[in-house]
Amino acid sequence: MSSQPNAQKLVYLDHSATTPVRPEVLAAMLPYFAGKFGNPSSVHAWGDEARKAIDDGREKVSSLIGASPDEVIFTSGGTEADNLAIRGVAHARKAYGNHLITSQIEHHAVLHTFEALQKEGFRVTFVPCDKHGLIDPDDIRRAITKDTILISIMHGQNEVGTIEPIGEIGEIARSHGVLFHSDAVQSAGKVPISVGDLNVDLLTLSSHKIYGPKGVGGLFVRKGLRLAPQATGGAHENRLRAGTENVPGIVGFGEACRLAKAELPEESKRLIELRDKLIAGFLREIPDVDLNGHPILRLPHNVNISVKYLEGEAMLLNLDRMGVAASSGSACTSGSLEPSHVLLAMGLSHETAHGSLRFSLGSSNTAEDIDYVLEILPPIVKKLRSMSAFGPGSSF
Amino acid sequence: MYNDKVMDHFFNPRNVGELENPDGVGQVGNPVCGDVMRITLRINDNRIEDIKFRTFGCGAAIATSSMVTEMVKGLTLEEAMQISNKEVAEALGGLPTQKLHCSNLAAEAVHAAIKDYRQKKGLD
Repeated sequence: MSSQPNAQKLVYLDHSATTPVRPEVLAAMLPYFAGKFGNPSSVHAWGDEARKAIDDGREKVSSLIGASPDEVIFTSGGTEADNLAIRGVAHARKAYGNHLITSQIEHHAVLHTFEALQKEGFRVTFVPCDKHGLIDPDDIRRAITKDTILISIMHGQNEVGTIEPIGEIGEIARSHGVLFHSDAVQSAGKVPISVGDLNVDLLTLSSHKIYGPKGVGGLFVRKGLRLAPQATGGAHENRLRAGTENVPGIVGFGEACRLAKAELPEESKRLIELRDKLIAGFLREIPDVDLNGHPILRLPHNVNISVKYLEGEAMLLNLDRMGVAASSGSACTSGSLEPSHVLLAMGLSHETAHGSLRFSLGSSNTAEDIDYVLEILPPIVKKLRSMSAFGPGSSF
Repeated sequence: MYNDKVMDHFFNPRNVGELENPDGVGQVGNPVCGDVMRITLRINDNRIEDIKFRTFGCGAAIATSSMVTEMVKGLTLEEAMQISNKEVAEALGGLPTQKLHCSNLAAEAVHAAIKDYRQKKGLD
């Protein structure tokens, strides 16, 4: 590639941003663009064919999370599913109370939705996390009041990979009669998920993080739970999400879930080995590096480090030139003036948060990829540190 | 995201480092925002004879630091004080909009170093 003149190989380590569509998934989708183009709502053979396809997709998606098919609502993606869950509960149950609980380290799709509800008059508690990004269920318990109608805590943290104690929080929510939503966009297909064990009433899923197409996601809605729809229109998706279904997308999402479920035990083991090799290598090869996120309760594919005295984007540009794709929580890469709200909530200083790098592994990665990254990052760090205004001798 | 000239200055920065016993030192920026630049100057006969920079920051911060050292080397102090952050960005062929105010402080760093020199000399 012309922008990567020095790349000896191309190593994609940004699977938490998005993943490629698997060939099997693409093959399953293709017939539904032109040949089998029917509208699932139509009363004729074309419609029946499309209806069967989305029923089949629903079956496969629900199977990944241990739900029944009629508990899965298809949306345009994780963001819409988060919005439908949170606004849907808040609007449907505001007669019962106006207090909502979430955490300081949620994805913006959740965080900004709660901030919007604050402007509508809801009271929101944003619980903190510890230095590993772990949320304490007791903080949730203490935050619950008689006015609390919804708790939303993510399952696998998207930046630092910490796996939150969702089952325990769900139990607390249930014992207080409060509905519980979890965003499982980063954990689904990576760690086993059962909506029964997690005690969730609502769970968000996304297709493009697990080798399915972009533009489709899902929301698990426990049977009998009423939500206020967020778009008006036809009676699609159990009257919860108006609009003609994205048939090829749903077919692809279903196939991606089927494959993820079948391969999960072996693939997660393989990713954990690669992850731990990369973490150990960074800590060994580069001085003044910290691991961000929990050392054990961690998504199999997430590595997040802070490289002191450096800013993330400068490292990303150098990595990209060597053919390696990663991401950072620095302000420059978040599109704002502040570094990652997650790293700040974990207690990192601004400058350490600016120097964070996230490497998220996936199916294409091999041990050779890890060796390559461990070979090229140390000299990049050395070069940039020689240019930095800061160093071990000069504190911030 | 960045044009070829910015990338060239980022990957092959000019005048990196720190002068020994500099005549003027200027440091601007804030680690909170993720950009800190330190400029050291050697001044001879009211002209910038040598200049070096060290920068903690993103691609734009490093590229503008490198660019400004090329622009002001050999200029009189009065001329160097006239160079603005905007002109540094223009000399690089432009920067992405979101970089224009946070990572474009290089000219200010030079001005700070000149002021430091003048203060030390009792010229201010």
